[in-house]
Amino acid sequence: MARNFTPKVVTANHLLEGDVVYLTVDDRWTRRIEEAELLEDEAHATIRLLDAERQAAEIVGAYLADAKRGPHGPTPTHFREVFRTQGPSNYAHGKQAEL
Amino acid sequence: MYEYNDFDHAFLAERNAQFRAQVERRIDGSLTEDEFKPLRLMNGLYLQLHAYMLRVAIPYGTLNSAQMDRMAHVAQTWDKGYGHFTTRQNIQYNWPKLRDVPDMLDSLAEVGIHAIQTSGNTIRNVTADHFAGAAADEIADPRPLAELLRQWSTDHPEFQFMPRKFKIAITGAPNDRAVTAAHDLALRIVERDGQIGYQVWVGGGLGRTPMIGKVLADFVTLDDLLPYLEATVAVWNVIGRRDNKFKARIKILVHEFGLENLREEVEKEFALRKTQFDAGQTSILLDEISRHFAPPAFEAAGTEPFDAAYEADPVFRSWVDTNLTAHRAEGYAIVSVSLKKQGATPGDATADQMRVLAAIAREFGHDELRISHEQNVILPHIHKRHLPQIHARLKSADLATANIGLISDIIACPGMDYCALATARSIPVAQEIATRFDALKLEHDIGPLKIKISGCINACGHHHVGHIGILGLDRAGVENYQITLGGDGTEDAVIGTRTGPGFAYDQIVPAIERIVQAYLDLRESRNETFLDAYKRVGMEPFKSALYPEAQRAA
Ligand code: HEM
Ligand code: SF4
Repeated sequence: MARNFTPKVVTANHLLEGDVVYLTVDDRWTRRIEEAELLEDEAHATIRLLDAERQAAEIVGAYLADAKRGPHGPTPTHFREVFRTQGPSNYAHGKQAEL
Repeated sequence: MYEYNDFDHAFLAERNAQFRAQVERRIDGSLTEDEFKPLRLMNGLYLQLHAYMLRVAIPYGTLNSAQMDRMAHVAQTWDKGYGHFTTRQNIQYNWPKLRDVPDMLDSLAEVGIHAIQTSGNTIRNVTADHFAGAAADEIADPRPLAELLRQWSTDHPEFQFMPRKFKIAITGAPNDRAVTAAHDLALRIVERDGQIGYQVWVGGGLGRTPMIGKVLADFVTLDDLLPYLEATVAVWNVIGRRDNKFKARIKILVHEFGLENLREEVEKEFALRKTQFDAGQTSILLDEISRHFAPPAFEAAGTEPFDAAYEADPVFRSWVDTNLTAHRAEGYAIVSVSLKKQGATPGDATADQMRVLAAIAREFGHDELRISHEQNVILPHIHKRHLPQIHARLKSADLATANIGLISDIIACPGMDYCALATARSIPVAQEIATRFDALKLEHDIGPLKIKISGCINACGHHHVGHIGILGLDRAGVENYQITLGGDGTEDAVIGTRTGPGFAYDQIVPAIERIVQAYLDLRESRNETFLDAYKRVGMEPFKSALYPEAQRAA
């Protein structure tokens, strides 16, 4: 039996700004993970990642990151992805200051 | 100091124009990321967790005030007003925007700074002792040789696509401040019967398989040096492994093939290559280069203002005792300016701080600055009579922390606060350790102690050679920190030994505190440093301090 698939979001870095972005249901790139499309089906997730990779003019390095359903939309489960939604811990720079 | 000639300037301008065009072609879609990535890496541009990062080389860690001022300008204009000095004597900008990078590079090129050869499978930016040309214990200044090697290796057709990157370090002093034993290849300048020669070390490296280098040749003369080095790199280039990225460094070749066998191959290759080199030419070239690194005109003057302040001001005295190193010239000192204020990010300097440092170098320091691999800034040539004034200026710029070589002078890589490869954070661990021991007011009592922290197995933070090394890992989705003890990055280099199971993020600072407390309890006197004590008593007492539960269970 295949491994259980855990929910994902498609994430990447913005080509020009370099900051973290997430793919939405309607094919936009958002800076807020809560607005991302939560992918609960493995086949669909694979397709969405391919969709993302086709948008090379806007983003760099798309991949699937673990996430779960939260009260306001997807939230990260791994600490690395938590940091990516916030910014560094030594200065109030990045998303924690800009969003 | 070396001044760029027209050729250098034209070369840099040309490279930058090329990169500007490549950036435009990436943005307009004519280059894919797969095509663009190697190009941007060649120009020092990385993509990290939250943003791009631009890594700029500071060759031999040596720079002048105009260059430091320009780095401040770039930080302020295109970044967030600060820069991060790394263990490879680079400065990193953590927040550049892709469109701005060509402008940043152009601005830096105007003062001869660039980001070339800071990545890729080439011979990297050669590093040298940050006290070069100033230290009292020096046999010869290593920088002319470092520059000779740079010229020999830059665009060397044979060495552009090697199995892996290749890092070279050089020390001209018996006290090794350049961690030479942890480099792919290292040269130690030695003296034998009044003649200067080079001891060649090979196969050192940190990362996932840490190894201390070994002596490949005990004494190579200047005439033989380039063909000998070329032979060494060539042998590795041909028989080194390319099947596995993790086995491609020359240390693996030394390990698998054996030092003796490698030496034999190198000797054979050397015999062939030697005939192709015009031996006398090397010393002519080195002499020529050495003139650019000629020592400044040291002034002869009294040190009265220094002596008076040293007598009268305990804060000044503590700073002098901790942050100064003996200079070769009478009346002079080497000043290490700490970028490790307790609680601050190790290695970070604001644009304002960079300008203060540049101004001090310009007014009092023969216009010279250095960046150390320990992430501090060095003023290599300061006459002691200026020190009270310099100290006051540093103090008002928050740069007068008296902690060089002490527990809060921590090397920490960017870790998961910035680095895309990280498995855990390292900066906040450094901040908390420094703050904790500052609060305990124990720092000066503890004495010399080097803590080094890396946020993943790549070991950019040199944790293997820390007296206390900390490695941040991801254990089942939480940060976990492994400790090693007894590492040493000097001429007696040693890889540290793991204590045992790692510690969670909120347990790592208390764990370090238990180690230090154990040391304070067991040292024979204040003169027995942490490292000496560890060598005497070994791991056990520290283990029982670290893992009291295991001790009880046993
Ligand atoms: C005579 C003594 C010379 C000295 C002391 C000298 C020194 C230096 C130094 C310190 C750098 C910066 C190093 C670095 O960025 O890694 C540099 C850069 C450079 N030098 Fe010179 N150089 C000399 C002659 C030459 C000559 C004769 C050439 C070419 C034929 C040359 C070509 C370059 C180039 C292309 C760069 C910039 C690009 C790069 O570093 O890859 N230099 N030089
Ligand atoms: S040690 Fe790892 S986390 Fe730290 S800078 Fe190097 S690659 Fe990044």
